[in-house]
Amino acid sequence: MAVTLKINGASQTVPAEPDTPLLYVLRNDLELNGAKFGCGLAQCGACTVLVDGKAVRSCVTDIGSLAGAEITTLEGLGTADKPHALQSAFIGEQAAQCGYCINGMIMSAKALLDRNPRPSESDVRQALAANLCRCGTHNRIIRAVLRAANEMGRT
Amino acid sequence: MTISINRRAFAKGFGGIVLAFTLDPALAQQQKQLPGSLNGNRLLDAWIRINSDGSATVFTGKVELGQGIVTALAQIAAEELDLPLARVRIVSGDTGRTPNEGQTAGSQSIENSGTALRLAAAEVRAILLGLAAAKLEAAADTLTVADGVINAPTGKTIGYGELSAAADLHREATATVRPKLAGQHKIVGQPIARFDIPGKVTGKASYVQDLRLPGMVHGRVVRPPRYGSTLEAVDEAKARAIPGVIAVVRDGSFLGVVAEREEQAVKARVALAESAKWRLGPELPDPANIFAHLKSLPTKVEVIGVKQAPLLAGAPKVLEATYTRPYMAHASIGPSAAVAEFKDDKLTVWTHSQGVFPLRAEISKTMKLPPASVRCIHTEGSGCYGHNGADDVALDAALLARAVPGKPVRLPWMRDDEFAWEPYGPAMSMQAKASLDGEGRIVDWNYEVWSNSHSTRPESTTGANVLAAWYLAEPGKMGPPTSPPQPAGGGDRNSIPLYDFPNQRVVHHFIQDMPIRVSALRTLGAYANVFAAESFMDELALAAGADPVAFRLAHMKDPRARAVIEKVAQLAGWKAGEKGDGTRGRGIGFAKYKNLACYVAVVAEVEIDRKEGNVCVCRAWCATDAGLVINPDGLIGQIEGGIIQSASWTLHEEVKFSTQGILSRDWSNYPILTMPEAPQIAISLINRPTERSLGAGEGSQGPTVAAIANAFVNATGKRIRDLPFHPERVKAALA
Repeated sequence: MAVTLKINGASQTVPAEPDTPLLYVLRNDLELNGAKFGCGLAQCGACTVLVDGKAVRSCVTDIGSLAGAEITTLEGLGTADKPHALQSAFIGEQAAQCGYCINGMIMSAKALLDRNPRPSESDVRQALAANLCRCGTHNRIIRAVLRAANEMGRT
Repeated sequence: MTISINRRAFAKGFGGIVLAFTLDPALAQQQKQLPGSLNGNRLLDAWIRINSDGSATVFTGKVELGQGIVTALAQIAAEELDLPLARVRIVSGDTGRTPNEGQTAGSQSIENSGTALRLAAAEVRAILLGLAAAKLEAAADTLTVADGVINAPTGKTIGYGELSAAADLHREATATVRPKLAGQHKIVGQPIARFDIPGKVTGKASYVQDLRLPGMVHGRVVRPPRYGSTLEAVDEAKARAIPGVIAVVRDGSFLGVVAEREEQAVKARVALAESAKWRLGPELPDPANIFAHLKSLPTKVEVIGVKQAPLLAGAPKVLEATYTRPYMAHASIGPSAAVAEFKDDKLTVWTHSQGVFPLRAEISKTMKLPPASVRCIHTEGSGCYGHNGADDVALDAALLARAVPGKPVRLPWMRDDEFAWEPYGPAMSMQAKASLDGEGRIVDWNYEVWSNSHSTRPESTTGANVLAAWYLAEPGKMGPPTSPPQPAGGGDRNSIPLYDFPNQRVVHHFIQDMPIRVSALRTLGAYANVFAAESFMDELALAAGADPVAFRLAHMKDPRARAVIEKVAQLAGWKAGEKGDGTRGRGIGFAKYKNLACYVAVVAEVEIDRKEGNVCVCRAWCATDAGLVINPDGLIGQIEGGIIQSASWTLHEEVKFSTQGILSRDWSNYPILTMPEAPQIAISLINRPTERSLGAGEGSQGPTVAAIANAFVNATGKRIRDLPFHPERVKAALA
């Protein structure tokens, strides 16, 4: 069985069953590290990707449901050499300790900024309410998202 | 950077730069005690090698757990070597390459590895200067160093790289070359950005979960319903029939599966779990009576802190209170994971263990392999906060890899593997009793703590200390748990007050029987002991009619402790005798972590939703003294992270169980603090460049829980003595 997906703008065919969670395909077949396995239950947000601009939990999203959808991962935002404003802001604020949750924080923040380019601090906190961080980096993460919004608003 | 070597005024007996690194024959006869981790790893080239391109490779046995230690250690080495950070490469935690520094735990990496690297780097620099003096035909004390290039007054220069071949670093460190004075630091003390963050925010392979080796296959394990269960039967054929399954691995009651694709391994795990028949192990204690049950178990009683003075005559006011904390989980966001490869009778394990050498010892013992045939290489995982499933999953992966030789196996635990099987932070009970004299001073302090072991890590006891070992056909058995001795302590960590009481008695009731698996969780017993002792200080202050800040200062002589208490009061705008308004209030907590490490004082502000029973820790202020600060931004991150993690523990966290087994198996039954709940935090660092650096990774958790508990009383007039402060408990307290 093979399924074709559109990921970070490119069409990709993977040898997986339609009921395979997108997360495993991203990590194993496409060797994209951004999305992380945290719970497999859509509770923690570490696996978040964008599907047609919406933040989605890739651990519970079967690839069979994604025909024609535009999937964006952390790697689709920018690279270490050419980072997205959100990635730059997370580096600037040193907004990671272990960093395992950060993919989900950035992808959920991307969905937020796409629908609300000038969020308040409270908007940011609410948008990230279902993304768990265990190291206690919460405030730096919030600052990084607000910083990115400012940077993006300026250009 | 250019620093004259004149700064190196050598210790007495070592009169010049060349002599400074000559081994004193008298010292060579007897092994002298070397500072920090140098003592156990005495060769200079175990720590530092100079490469022909002029860069340095620095080796440390400590590992990155998300605390930024690799960056901080590189800062220390670069500083003493006079090399730019970009030319220092760190190799950490590899049984094949690095020094053995035991566990990366207890906020000791800067103190132990940092001290070793500082002294080794200073000595290596002196050796290079000695060689350069001869080559440049200049007096050693006229040489200067800039970015790894040594300059003579004649204008002649030579780089570290050109001296690398001649520099014999395969020699014992003497620790006699004095490191730089704080005033000379250019890299130490700077908020250097962490090396690992750009990769982590852009999806570069950063974690063991991201490791992909050629021909790699995927593993999963199946654990029993509860501790001590025995696998009686399982339909292996059904699992083998699932497409992609390569092997079903069964050894006694250890059960796992290996498949070509990850989702196939997950499906096979489900199939195995459904068909497995287990003979159940012993029931767990009744959670309703857990503290009484723990106290009923045999204990080793140790009286650890006694001060005796004549008791005052008259009738002092006597207060007594009992506090508890529940079992708490590490609850890493990413379940523990490992990659293992068994090839040509050699086993390689990529692991996020906090101690690759102790782990290697356990794996080698359990799998009956010579230690030389096992290599454990640290590769980052999700943050661990102590002894989580990291070591256990490494043995699991190794057992699976042995069944499929030549194929590397990647094994990430599933969410319930981690929650149900990790060793929790132990439940604890604390009892305090004290007397006040007529002046409102504490004249007698009695404190007792009941706790299981806080470390059942690999190699911390005799026997086998990794999960799967207990379930094999030839099972290993854990030896009797131990407790780290005072002054650091385990369950009794921070149980001896730093305050100056004329009379005190502190008793540690160490419970060896372990009805629920426990081990090291960040701060060990300090979180609970500081909660109890600092809550009790506030109870006494109230009884004495004193302001909590003034009351603490009145009983504290240590000037550095006084300084953080005074600083946080100033930062928070604390007003003597300030009172809450029924829903809002503030409180203070203080501790010197382990009574040996950093000083931290926290003021917390809470808001209470009296109807719903929800507590918001809305703001916190903190003052910290960690001696010489290596990286202020890193230190602030650790202290702030500790405050937020402690707020989470305090408000939400409790491992749920019944007599039938562990009930906390995912985030719905082990909730943690969410983004909207995170307090606003202001932190003030008191930098003391002339004092040694003090561990700070676990400094703020104890003071924070106490500040929250005291703020709750300040707000409502009611005290909660049992953790966590969940809504039912809050509503009951306010009813």
